[in-house]
Amino acid sequence: MTLVIEMRNITVTFPGVVANDKINFSLQKGEIHGLLGENGAGKSVLMKTLYGIHRPDSGQIFINGKEKKFDSPATAIKMGIGMVHQHFMLVPHLSVSENIILGQEPTTKRVFLDLKKIKNDLSIFCDKYNLCIDLESPIYTLPVGMQQRVEILKALYRGADILILDEPTSVLTPQEAEELFKAVEVLKNQGKTIVFISHKLKEVLKICDNISVLRKGKVIGTVKASETDQNQLAKMMVGRKVKLSYKKEEIISDKIVLQIENLKTINDLGILALKGVHLNVKASEILGIAGVQGNGQTELIEVITGLRKATEGTVKLNSEDITGKSPKDRLKLGISHIPEDRQKRGLISDFSVMENLILGSQDLPPFSNDKIRIDFTKVIDFSKKLIRDFSIKTPNKDTEVRYLSGGTQQRVVVAREFSRNPRLIIAAQPTRGLDVGATEYVHDKLIEMKEQGSAIILLSTDLDEIWMLSNRIAVIFEGKIVAIKNPKETNKREIGLLMAGANLEEK
Amino acid sequence: MQKVFETMKVELKKITPQLIAIFIALLVGSIVLLATGFSPVEAYGALVIGAFGDIYGVGQTLTQATPIIFTALAFLFAFKAGLFNIGAEGQFLVGALAGAIVGISFSGLPTIIHIPLALLAGAFFGGLYAFIPAILKTKFGAHEVITTMMLTYVAIYLTGYMVTDIFKAPGWVSQTPLISPTAELPRILPPTQLSASLLIGIFLVFLTYYTLQKTVLGYEIRAIGFNSLAAENGGINVKKGLILSLVISGALAGIGGAGEILGVHRRFIDGFSPGYGWDGLAVALIGGLNPFGSFLAAILIGVLRSGGMTMNRVTGVPIDIVTILQALVILFVAAPVFIKHLIRRGKKYD
Repeated sequence: MTLVIEMRNITVTFPGVVANDKINFSLQKGEIHGLLGENGAGKSVLMKTLYGIHRPDSGQIFINGKEKKFDSPATAIKMGIGMVHQHFMLVPHLSVSENIILGQEPTTKRVFLDLKKIKNDLSIFCDKYNLCIDLESPIYTLPVGMQQRVEILKALYRGADILILDEPTSVLTPQEAEELFKAVEVLKNQGKTIVFISHKLKEVLKICDNISVLRKGKVIGTVKASETDQNQLAKMMVGRKVKLSYKKEEIISDKIVLQIENLKTINDLGILALKGVHLNVKASEILGIAGVQGNGQTELIEVITGLRKATEGTVKLNSEDITGKSPKDRLKLGISHIPEDRQKRGLISDFSVMENLILGSQDLPPFSNDKIRIDFTKVIDFSKKLIRDFSIKTPNKDTEVRYLSGGTQQRVVVAREFSRNPRLIIAAQPTRGLDVGATEYVHDKLIEMKEQGSAIILLSTDLDEIWMLSNRIAVIFEGKIVAIKNPKETNKREIGLLMAGANLEEK
Repeated sequence: MQKVFETMKVELKKITPQLIAIFIALLVGSIVLLATGFSPVEAYGALVIGAFGDIYGVGQTLTQATPIIFTALAFLFAFKAGLFNIGAEGQFLVGALAGAIVGISFSGLPTIIHIPLALLAGAFFGGLYAFIPAILKTKFGAHEVITTMMLTYVAIYLTGYMVTDIFKAPGWVSQTPLISPTAELPRILPPTQLSASLLIGIFLVFLTYYTLQKTVLGYEIRAIGFNSLAAENGGINVKKGLILSLVISGALAGIGGAGEILGVHRRFIDGFSPGYGWDGLAVALIGGLNPFGSFLAAILIGVLRSGGMTMNRVTGVPIDIVTILQALVILFVAAPVFIKHLIRRGKKYD
C-alpha cells in the first residue's frame, strides 16, 4: 500500500463560503476511490484544488511523499494528475485525435503535425486500455458517452496516472454508465489510480474500493465499500436517516383522470413514435412508465401536455376530450408537467426565481385580471409563500435561477407545478441529477400530491425509483405499452425483460 | 415619482461598464488626436461647447438624438424576444413616408387629430413592414437578420421611387410636398429644429420599460427570448409572441420616422435618413439593451454629432475624427455586450 496522494488540512474558502474545511484526504496506488457528497459538499472543489485550479488557503499536498505546490493545472498534469470535468472541454468541430493532442501536438521539424505518430500513440490506448474510438470523427457527431471517453483519453495521453472523474455518470444514460464502469475497471487493472466523484450511492458502492464522504466542506469519514451499505452512506452524506422506500397506499379512488386511447404520433424525424398507446391513470395513483430511452416516452409526454400533436387517437382528462387543445388550455385544466430536462423545458434560467414561479400563470388571476398588466404585489406575496413552503434555498426571490444549484432549481419547478392544484402531474425524470436529500424531497412531495388526489405519471430511467413510488408499472417498448403490472406481482427481472421487448412474440 | 427615480437608478447602475467604455474610447480618441497633431483638450473642449454651449448646440444635440431613440427602442424590443431586427432603417423609412402622406393628404383637420393620425400611420405601416419578416420567420423559418436587412433595401428604393414619382413635389428634388400645417409637430426649442418628437420618444422609453417589465406581453416576450422551449412548455404561444414583438419593434421605428418628418423636415426628402435605423442597433447595444440606457446612448451620439461639427469648425479637426470617436465608443461598449450575449446564446444551444 503506497500513498500516491496525501492532502493534509486543506482549507479552501470563497467569499462567504468555506468550501473545504481542514480536509484530510489520501489516495492509495491503484485504487478506485469514491468521493461522495451532496451538491455543494465540496467534492469538486477538493479535487480542483488537487488539480491546481483552486489554490488552498492553508494545508499541504504530498505526491509520492514529497510536498508539492500547485499553481496551475499544467503543473498537476506534469505530476501525472488528470481530470475529466463535468462539463467537457472539447472543441466540437475538431476530430477526436485533434482534440486529444490539443496543446501537446507531436510535430516533425517543429512545424508539421506528425500524423503517423499521433495514430500510433493513440492506437496503443485502444490496445492497452480497451478504449477504442474512431479517431477521425468530429466531436460534435459523438454521443455524450463517447465524448467523455475522449476526455479520458486526453488525460491519459498527457500521462495521467491519477485520474479524477467529476460526476462522470450525471450526463450518461444507464448503458453508457455501464460502459464507463467497465473502462474504469480496466484502467485500475493497468495500475491507474482513480477518483470517482459522485452523489449516487449505488454506483459508488458498485465500483469503488474505498469511499470518502464529504458533508458541508468536511470529511465525515472514509469507509471500505465492502464494509458499508446504502443506508449508512446516505446517513453519512445527509446527516440524518434517509427514506429509501415508501409504503404504498392502495388506490382509494376509481375515478379515471387520464384516459388515452389508441394514441399515435410521429417524432421530429417524421417516424411513427407512438403506435397506438392505451393508458388510464386514476386519481390518487402513481403510474410508473418504465422503458429504455427512445421508446416513445418523450413523445408520449409531449402529446399529453399538448406540445406535440397526435396523429390519431384521443386524450381525455376527466372525461373531457383534450386531444386538440393547446398547452395553455391543458395547463388551465389542471395538467402539471415536470419536464425531463429542466434547463431546456422547465426553467428560464435568466429569469428570477419569482418570474419562474409564475411561468404559465402570468396571465391568469390572481396575477393578472385583465391579461395585460401583471400585479406584482400579488406575485411577490405568492413567490415568498412558495419559497417558504417549498424551502427553496435562494438568496432572495429576485435571484436568477441559473445561479442556483440543480436541486434548488428543481424545487422551483416542483413548487410551480404543484402549486397549481393539478389533477394530473407528469413527472419526467424528476430526480435526475439530484442528490439524496433533494431526491427524497421530490419523492415526498409526489407522494403528498398523490395522497391529495392527483393522478401522477412517473417517467424515469431509474427502475428503482419507479419501483419505489408506483402503484402500477407500465412498460413502454417501441411506441407501445407492452404490459401493465402491479409491482407486488412482478419483479425487476421481468420488467427488465419487458423493457427489452422480450415477450412481444407472445402477444 | 420617487419610485420612478429609484427604478431608473437601479437600471442605470447596470450600465456602469458602458460608462467606463465611453471613457476608454475618449482616451484612445485622444491618442488618435495627438498622433494627428491636434490637442485633445482643445478638440474635446470644442466638442462639449458645441454640444452644450448654447441653445443651438443643445437643440442640435437633441435633434440628432431623437430619431435614434426610436430606432434603438425598436431594436431592443425585438431583441428581448431573441430576434435581431436589423431592419429598423426600413421600418423607419416606411413609417416616415406613411406619416408624410397622411400629412399632405388632409387639410383642414384639427391638429389634435391630424398629428396623432399621421403618427399612428407611421406606427401602423412601420409595424406592417415588420410583419412581413415576422411571417416569413414563423411560417417558413426564414432568418430575420436576412429578411429585415433585405427589406430595408426594398424600403430605401421603394420610398425613393414614391417620392420621385407618385408623391413628388414640383421641382427637381426627389421629395414630397410640404405637409399641411395642421400635421406639424411643434418645435419645442425655437429657433432650433428640435420638435415634440423628442417628448414622444421619452414617453416611449418609459412605456417600453413598463411593457417589458410589468405586463403579460413583456413577460412572455422576455420568456421567449431567453428560452423559447420553456416558454412553450409554460403555455406561451411562441409564434404569436415573436410576431408581436417584431411588429411592435417595427411600429416603434415607424413612429420615429413619422415624428422626424412631422417635426423636423416637414416633408419626405429622398435620402433624409443618414442611417438612423442602423444607429439604433449600435445605440441599443451601447445602452445595454435597456430603454433608459438606450436613451442616454442616443444622447451621446447626438453630442458626438452636433459637437463634432463645432469641433471641426473651431479646431480644424477633420469631421472624420467624430466618426472614429463614434466607432471607438461602439467598439469598446458594444463589442463586449454583444460578445457576452453571443456567448450566452451559444451556450443555450449546446
